[in-house]
Amino acid sequence: MTAPVIEVRALRKTYGSGDTAVHALRGLDLTVRRGEYLAIMGASGSGKSTLLNVLGCLDVPTSGHYLLDGIDTADFGEAQLSLMRNRKIGFVFQSFNLIPRTSALANVELPLVYAGIRRAERRARANAALRLVGLADRAHHRPNELSGGQQQRVAIARALVTGPAIVLADEPTGNLDTRSSQDVMAILDGLHAGGRTVVLITHEDDVAAHANRVVRVVDGQIAQEVRA
Amino acid sequence: MRFTEVLAFAVRGVAANKLRSALTTLGILIGVASVILLIAVGNGASAAVQQSIAGLGTNVLTISPQRAQPGTSAKPLTTADATALADPAEAPAVKSASPVASASATASHAGVSYSIGQFLGTDPAYFGTTNSAVARGALFSADDLAHARKVVVIGATVATQLFPGSDPVGESILVNNIPFTVVGVLAAKGSSGLQDADDTAIAPLSTVQNALTGYGSLSQIVVQATSADTLTAATAQVATILDGRHRIGFGQTADYRLLSQEQLLTARTATTDTFTVLLASVAAISLLVGGIGVTNIMLVTVTERIREIGIRKAVGARRPAILGQFLLEATMLSLFGGALGVAAGFIGTRFTIAGIKPVIVPSSVLLAFAVSALIGLFFGSYPAHRAARLRPIEALRHE
Ligand SMILES: Nc1ncnc2c1ncn2[C@@H]1O[C@H](COP(=O)(O)OP(=O)(O)OP(=O)(O)O)[C@@H](O)[C@H]1O
Ligand SMILES: [Mg+2]
Repeated sequence: MTAPVIEVRALRKTYGSGDTAVHALRGLDLTVRRGEYLAIMGASGSGKSTLLNVLGCLDVPTSGHYLLDGIDTADFGEAQLSLMRNRKIGFVFQSFNLIPRTSALANVELPLVYAGIRRAERRARANAALRLVGLADRAHHRPNELSGGQQQRVAIARALVTGPAIVLADEPTGNLDTRSSQDVMAILDGLHAGGRTVVLITHEDDVAAHANRVVRVVDGQIAQEVRA
Repeated sequence: MRFTEVLAFAVRGVAANKLRSALTTLGILIGVASVILLIAVGNGASAAVQQSIAGLGTNVLTISPQRAQPGTSAKPLTTADATALADPAEAPAVKSASPVASASATASHAGVSYSIGQFLGTDPAYFGTTNSAVARGALFSADDLAHARKVVVIGATVATQLFPGSDPVGESILVNNIPFTVVGVLAAKGSSGLQDADDTAIAPLSTVQNALTGYGSLSQIVVQATSADTLTAATAQVATILDGRHRIGFGQTADYRLLSQEQLLTARTATTDTFTVLLASVAAISLLVGGIGVTNIMLVTVTERIREIGIRKAVGARRPAILGQFLLEATMLSLFGGALGVAAGFIGTRFTIAGIKPVIVPSSVLLAFAVSALIGLFFGSYPAHRAARLRPIEALRHE
């Protein structure tokens, strides 16, 4: 058994307050070990994205603890959270979230710039990442000149370019056709094979089949563990 | 993260949002240019007035009649008053005193008739006092005055009106149907913005009184002091002599008015100052409108920019890096727009606007530039400042 990289205890997230309060997470517990390939499933509105955003340090929980590599993220300041997002975690959004009117290469380079890496090395690493996702020939295209599947692959290249230990993907194939989904899943499989911890959200069983463990979220809690 | 990287992001941000950048620049450009231009026009108007008055000299004193107080009888200003003022024994500070009679006159020549703005009768010293030089021909002489010869010196405007394309010197014109010989044309003085100093004709006083006005009251006596320094002494001497001749007792209101060119200057400057203030407020409004335009553009595009900030934060950008980028973007646009505005203002002020030659006020350039740059800076970076504080997911979800 490897050490847990992600440990979530009694996690709660409440949006709004009073009568209109939405309890997206209701005391959720989850442990993810190093090198694991985890799929999160569950009905729409069950709290999957909310959970993943907390895991990605994009959001903070209302209460409960999130230990990243054994350290409670509640103790992190803005600078340390930025550092985690930059070095430790690669996040892939369902809606790609690329910067418009900016080339694929520049989008992939972005995390490296904030990591303070020099231009020449940045170029090389970003190009390598684009090659890995099969988009070396699209480096100078802008997001609006790319198909949805290509945009998602650029987004994955951006997530993996810093060599993060954890890759989090929120419905990475949600907006893609079967062919593009297969391309994207092949890349994620490769990342897992390379030793990274991969957590993804999906509604599709054949996507979840790539993972070696599947959990189901119901009403803001882990309801069921399915070992693949 | 190095400054050059932040700068590169800012440059790319400006280049990537071309329409937004262009509109922002334009808003600032218009604001800056209109402030510079409008203030320059106001300043140009007052400079023209000052110049035309200063042209008269700082050692000149104008005496004009004033209506009598109830219960007293006003004595008219007469040629005898002028002669008394020129007495070197009584008024040593007075160099000359020219009596001036003015008439309304219509002149005609070869079928063309023209109503002259100012038709004056005076003595030859008047030309020196008012810095009037002759451009062609000659001024009339003391001899012409003594013999009441029908000669006249005309201003540049009158010359072009009556003698388009030909030399008026030696020609004869009819002034209110009395024939006068043109002996000279005055050098052009230019318009003061309010009054055309060249729309004038000057003849010997004796002739004018004889033929046109009669020997009654003068409209003015123009006194020249021996120098600018003796003007105060001359004023006192003139007042003493006139009070004596007009029997004005101590404490009584005089039936004449003494005005130095300096007082005239102050009065006129006050008028043009009002004008300048008016233009400046119009300019301020256009600066405001430009500012609102800039703000609008910034706010319209802010949703997209806030999402961009969310993306940057999600991949690990720290707050200072984001703020730096957006501040630099706003700075570049503001400075660029401001510089173009200054250039446009400078070009605009090279044209004559509504008969006024604009004169740039350096402080207005500075003010316009500073204010617009601050507007651009504030509204360019304020949304970024707010967005940079959001959690990444909040910024990404912004609508
Ligand atoms: N910013 C927000 N403000 C208020 N309520 C929110 C917000 N984000 C999510 N919610 C609510 O929290 C609950 C969980 O949302 P979440 O996005 O985590 O669901 P999900 O499991 O990812 O659903 P889906 O499969 O449709 O993506 C939902 O009821 C949603 O309406
Ligand atoms: Mg979701």
